[in-house]
Amino acid sequence: MAIQQTESNTWTIQDKMNARKERQKKLRKLEKLVPVFLFLCAIVSILTTLGILYTLISSAVTFFSEVSFSEFFLNTDWKPWSGSFGILPLITGTLLITGIAILVAVPLGLASAIFLSEYASDRTRRIVKPLIEILAGIPTVVYGFFALTFVTPLLQNVIPELKIFNALSGGIVVGIMIIPMIASLSEDAMSAVPNSIREGAYALGATRFEVAMKVVVPAALSGIIASFVLGISRAIGETMIVTIAAGQSPNLTLDPTQSIQTLTSFIVQGTSGDTAYGSTIYYSVYAVGITLFVFTLAMNFLSQYISRKFREEY
Amino acid sequence: MSIPNQVDMYKRRKRRTAKNKLFHALFFAATTIGLIVLVMLIYRVLSQGMGSLSWDFIRNFAAPYPEEAGLLAGIIGSLYLMVIVALCSIIIGIATAIYLEEYAKKGRLTSFIQMNIQNLAGVPSVVFGLLGLTFFVYVLDFGYSLLTGGLTMSLLVLPIIVVASQEALRSVPGELKEASAAMGASKWQTIFRVILPAALPGMVTGSILALSRAIGETAPLLIVGAATAIYSLPDSALDSYTVMPIQIYSWISKPGDEWPLLAAAGIIILLIILLIMNAIAVYIRNKFQRRY
Repeated sequence: MAIQQTESNTWTIQDKMNARKERQKKLRKLEKLVPVFLFLCAIVSILTTLGILYTLISSAVTFFSEVSFSEFFLNTDWKPWSGSFGILPLITGTLLITGIAILVAVPLGLASAIFLSEYASDRTRRIVKPLIEILAGIPTVVYGFFALTFVTPLLQNVIPELKIFNALSGGIVVGIMIIPMIASLSEDAMSAVPNSIREGAYALGATRFEVAMKVVVPAALSGIIASFVLGISRAIGETMIVTIAAGQSPNLTLDPTQSIQTLTSFIVQGTSGDTAYGSTIYYSVYAVGITLFVFTLAMNFLSQYISRKFREEY
Repeated sequence: MSIPNQVDMYKRRKRRTAKNKLFHALFFAATTIGLIVLVMLIYRVLSQGMGSLSWDFIRNFAAPYPEEAGLLAGIIGSLYLMVIVALCSIIIGIATAIYLEEYAKKGRLTSFIQMNIQNLAGVPSVVFGLLGLTFFVYVLDFGYSLLTGGLTMSLLVLPIIVVASQEALRSVPGELKEASAAMGASKWQTIFRVILPAALPGMVTGSILALSRAIGETAPLLIVGAATAIYSLPDSALDSYTVMPIQIYSWISKPGDEWPLLAAAGIIILLIILLIMNAIAVYIRNKFQRRY
């Protein structure tokens, strides 16, 4: 009796172990599928890029079969609803906004970065940096509201001939939007400069300002310039602020008091509502889109190139 | 060769320290300008919008008269949109990050995927809108629907989630991984039971920040056809919809003195929701993130 029972016990243990092995085998097999699933997910980002390229290029090709290259790049009138497709006014509008934004954001952003990295105490930095980064989290439609209902009236007190929709107020507010980006990227670059270099300069009797301008900024220059270029790219691609505050009139002008239209705000205007699918105007949106895409992509590559190529390694 | 005399040296040092003080003040002033603008913006929004805030404003649909109009369709639309974006982009984003950090072999393909994600993060949001317009609206024929908006937005925030999750995964120390492997755990067991729990706070924080980006984004949804005024809530993913920023935009662009006030009230609600989301993200980061 006793012997029999032990035997049956051994059997069940054996069975259990076998079953466990089987289950593990199955699990291992399933595990082989995991990297496949993960890889498929990773492919989504590549498909997105391919999708963007396909969308822009195929529609732009259709557009250029109806409108010639020379018309598109040389004509100085952008009046798609009366059949003139010269992209120059949109490009000058975009450049105007970007220029103003950079004039605002570069000095303020860089000065903030120098203050935070070289002058501020740890405690100040811990409080001020997140506060500045709040600016980056505010939705652009809110900035647009601020530009149109606050900055424009304020500027009109100083410049009476300012239009309600104008490049100046839009550009300034776009600049404010990119301050945190420039400040935080530049600050990162400056914090990466080793302290031994700073202390060497202090030991020679340099003031804080001299250390910042003659030692730290030159050492971190690649990162700082890369942040400027990224800022430019963001300003070029910014949509809602300029759509709301800078107007919808494609004027070929560099006068910031005038109403203008940028590449991005035409894309919004051209896709909203009454544009028929398959019309020349519909395709012109994609031609403008590919121009915008090329501009920003070039800026992103330039920024990556600068920070890789000219980085000082310590 | 002349030896600099002491008086000259003294003068020079005074000039240099004075310059230092001047620029200290200038740099400080420049830093505060950003903060001053932030305060002005919030004050402006509050002072204009508080008057229009009421329970009716949250409960009502859009209306032709400012005193009857409300944000209900936008709030619910934004919520639905966020659900779609969360489902799509968090799963795909975290999976991509795990693949890149744990499975991918170093090589051309991996560095190509990595570079590609970096560049996607820099593509303007309107271009994602054009992608959505072609593929989701026309090719897949989802029309101007909630689903189209959600999928477009998912692609837009995907790079943010991938990059944040990768950073979270990288911060998990190798010792944990090795200890798990030494106990006989398989690779997937190690990832699922050891690495993911350790990286989760970082991933959740990144995902919440990505969702808050999605909730404030306007331009791509204008392009893929979110409605500006809608009088019923969407019943299915293929219904038309609107979101908070689009309603705000439509009020800003209406003529008349009262619509901007309504837009400001909408902005207050939007900012409150964003504030709550960011507070949750910061809380999770401080509470659960362990430093190794």
